[in-house]
Amino acid sequence: MDHNIVGKSVTRLDAVAKVTGKAKYTDDFFERDMLVGKVLRSPHAHAVVKSVDLSRARALPGVAAVFTALDLPKIKFATAGHPWSLDPGHRDVEDRLILTDKARFVGDAVAAVVAEDALTAEKALRLIDIEYEVLPHVLTAEDAMKEGAPLLHENRPGNVVSSFGVQFGDVEAEFGRADHVIEGDYETSVVQHCHIESMSAFAYVDADGRVVVNSSTQIPHIVRRIVAQALGLPWGRVQVIKPYIGGGFGNKQDVVVEPLAAAMSLAAGGRPVRYCMTREEVFIDTRTRHAMKLHLKTAVDADGTLRGIHVQLLSNTGAYASHGHSIAMSAGGKFRPLYDFASVKFEPKTVYTNLPVAGAMRGYGTPQIFFALESHLDDIARRLGIDPIELRRKNLIKVGHQDPLTKNVVRSFGIPQCIEKGMELIRWDEKRRAHLDQKGPRRRGLGMALFAYASGTHPVALELAGARIVMNQDGSVTLQVGATEIGQGSDTVFAQITAEVLGLPIGMVHVVTTQDTDITPFDSGAYASRQTFVTGIAVRKAAMEVRDKVLEVAARRTGLAPAEMDIRDCRIVETALGRVVCSLEDVAMDAYYDRLLAAPITSDTSANVRINAMSYGATFVEVDVDVETGKVEVAEIWNVHDSGTIINPRLAEGQVHGGVSMALGAALLEQMLFDPQTGKALNNNLLDYKLPTILDTPRINAAFVETFEAAGSFGSKSLGECPVISPAPAVRNAVLDATGVAFHKIPLYPQVVFEKFREAGLLAQRSVDHV
Amino acid sequence: MQKRIALKVNGRPVQIEIDIRESLLDVLRDRLQFTGVKQGCSVGECGACTVLIDGVPVNSCIYLAAWADGKSVTTVEGIAQDGRLSPVQEAFVEEGAIQCGFCTPGLVLSTTALVESGKRFTHDEVRRELSGHLCRCTGYQKIIDAAERALREAEAASE
Ligand code: FES
Ligand code: FES
Repeated sequence: MDHNIVGKSVTRLDAVAKVTGKAKYTDDFFERDMLVGKVLRSPHAHAVVKSVDLSRARALPGVAAVFTALDLPKIKFATAGHPWSLDPGHRDVEDRLILTDKARFVGDAVAAVVAEDALTAEKALRLIDIEYEVLPHVLTAEDAMKEGAPLLHENRPGNVVSSFGVQFGDVEAEFGRADHVIEGDYETSVVQHCHIESMSAFAYVDADGRVVVNSSTQIPHIVRRIVAQALGLPWGRVQVIKPYIGGGFGNKQDVVVEPLAAAMSLAAGGRPVRYCMTREEVFIDTRTRHAMKLHLKTAVDADGTLRGIHVQLLSNTGAYASHGHSIAMSAGGKFRPLYDFASVKFEPKTVYTNLPVAGAMRGYGTPQIFFALESHLDDIARRLGIDPIELRRKNLIKVGHQDPLTKNVVRSFGIPQCIEKGMELIRWDEKRRAHLDQKGPRRRGLGMALFAYASGTHPVALELAGARIVMNQDGSVTLQVGATEIGQGSDTVFAQITAEVLGLPIGMVHVVTTQDTDITPFDSGAYASRQTFVTGIAVRKAAMEVRDKVLEVAARRTGLAPAEMDIRDCRIVETALGRVVCSLEDVAMDAYYDRLLAAPITSDTSANVRINAMSYGATFVEVDVDVETGKVEVAEIWNVHDSGTIINPRLAEGQVHGGVSMALGAALLEQMLFDPQTGKALNNNLLDYKLPTILDTPRINAAFVETFEAAGSFGSKSLGECPVISPAPAVRNAVLDATGVAFHKIPLYPQVVFEKFREAGLLAQRSVDHV
Repeated sequence: MQKRIALKVNGRPVQIEIDIRESLLDVLRDRLQFTGVKQGCSVGECGACTVLIDGVPVNSCIYLAAWADGKSVTTVEGIAQDGRLSPVQEAFVEEGAIQCGFCTPGLVLSTTALVESGKRFTHDEVRRELSGHLCRCTGYQKIIDAAERALREAEAASE
């Protein structure tokens, strides 16, 4: 299909604002007499607050308020950024207080101070006297489930948040029938989002007595609801404003600082209060990625036919549920529309421990399960002596596949082409041959892995998106959406969709990038890679409505029927003849000022998208392994994606680059470390936590296989989270290829790699080689 | 203790009374409202707060405001001239080196310093020079492309 603007690398709309420093983020707004909020955090992993004395802190000059849980409404609320569920059975776990009366991890917020400046606030924190009754704590999911383990929350025996699972077919019967039953254990570590902007909000009470929260969030409408719930306010009494945000990656799909910022303002008589976390606080008291342990047991025939799989998954969610079990369930749903298992048994458990809280992070459980599954498939291929790519090819689903549980139908499936393209780009066959029989200290290896991902959350949750378009007098349009621009480029994509439908140059589409719950169309926000797919449908619908109205007004003017006309480059043309009949501006002016028929052209619409589209892709990687130091370096990497039509290739590449780099961080470098004795984070800063720098990052290559997805706008489907899923197992498989050593846990950082090589005898082997 | 300092910010003379414990970052952002200077960590780890001091990139979060007395400070707000983007800014826009934009001001300033040095840099040298900046969004790919483009163009212009 021929498009003018869709499919082009339009420059992102906010590029100039960002490159000149004009883009304003939450901390860039100042209110007169703004106060500073700070938090006192528990030094214990598990402790009950026995007594509190705030008198010394309150007496410090410059302190406006000091408070603890005792001063706040005792309302338990859930923080996960999901649409509200009318069905109480489907709501997130309500286990949180704004400030806690029982600390459940080192860093849990127990008291807050509001003061004239940061220094005074810090001083006041030190004057708060709290007496704790220290309780025993648990840091691993296994320990937390043991008989007699300390319980973190009431009503959760064994600290299990949920063990709800799913299955179809008869996996036990497949184990009996198959030629082989192969098992493997795989494990991922705690990593953190590390958006470079902190977690921050400021709040005040406005002249009408409403609570206004300005926040760095992906989900303004959800923040509004949760702030109101946490404080026991009517929802309409809260207004949330989201300006530019400096990255989110899922961490800001959770309500972390906003209720507290609002509580701080209320405690200070409604004065404006800023609560911006330090980097060290961001690491411990926002969210992390769930560390998971997976046991996979697969029934497979000698020819490589995968018959059934039993997945046992243990997810450590830390001290509070946050997104909780949804993440494990998401993991369980993603591999089914990729490999055609006759039976699947998915048994997840999400467990509380006394660690910082895990929540949503780019990929939402999917990177963890694909690390396990794609590693497992290579292990199976080795056992059976089958080529790992052939094993995968043999078991792929086909277009038209319907998931037996969700009933989602796969309408576009570009995996076979992704595999072909990836092999070609990395020169798979040629390099495979070149790598045979390596013995030296440096070895090359090739690995690959596949993934599948969804576009939005249907049918698990509501997928409602809102869009509003107003045509201005000059024929330009102003577009408002409730889905948030968080750096991924969604505003630009929405402008492209609008411009395409309306026959406008991109410069004639103005997107309001700030969301304000008082005026922004209702939409649940930026997550689940839903914006282009879900909100794109609403934007397209709004643009079509505007187009229809434009042609109606043009019909009045020209006497032609609307169906005989089109909008092209700001002009109305008679389609058959290509003849310009009037300008778009003429139409817009009629709509605003015609004495009889004036009615400005607008559309304010929403789409309840009750369909999903699976996106796919593959990583192909070549690694360079230094056997003597345990260092694994990526020599070449390709991520090949089927995300349907690519609306903006340059933005799409950017998503792939960022996602792959985040995945390589988790594969090779990143993990949060905790003192096993105390539960205290050991590396909660950007020096000790190994976020990849420019020097750690190889050249990352992105490629696309463009299928057409009938359900999406212009054939598009999700992309944002996809690139983070398959690189880690591909790297792990490449190390296996290079050395014959199978790793079962990420990250593969030099120390563990070296030790495992030594265990495997690679070092001895090498010294023999050199004799 | 208070101290009065005189410095230039983006070419304009500024006199201001500061607390000697204050960082240049806090003075630039909170007092002078140069909010293009970003704060990502406050302890010299991320590079978001980079400004040029007499042309040299510095993490303003670990640079005392008092030290800036008599110096010339450039923030990202001072890079575009007469409403026109500098070639470095153009390169960042053209190459798509911007996502959330939080690391962008610092990277624009460090790249500007490279361009203004008039030196030549290999690909690996560019990477090393920019390695004090953390970016979580881009995987650095297009940032390197933008920096190399700006350096290439500057070199071509000077020939
Ligand atoms: S804020 Fe200065 S280096 Fe991070
Ligand atoms: S663009 Fe977001 S941190 Fe660099």
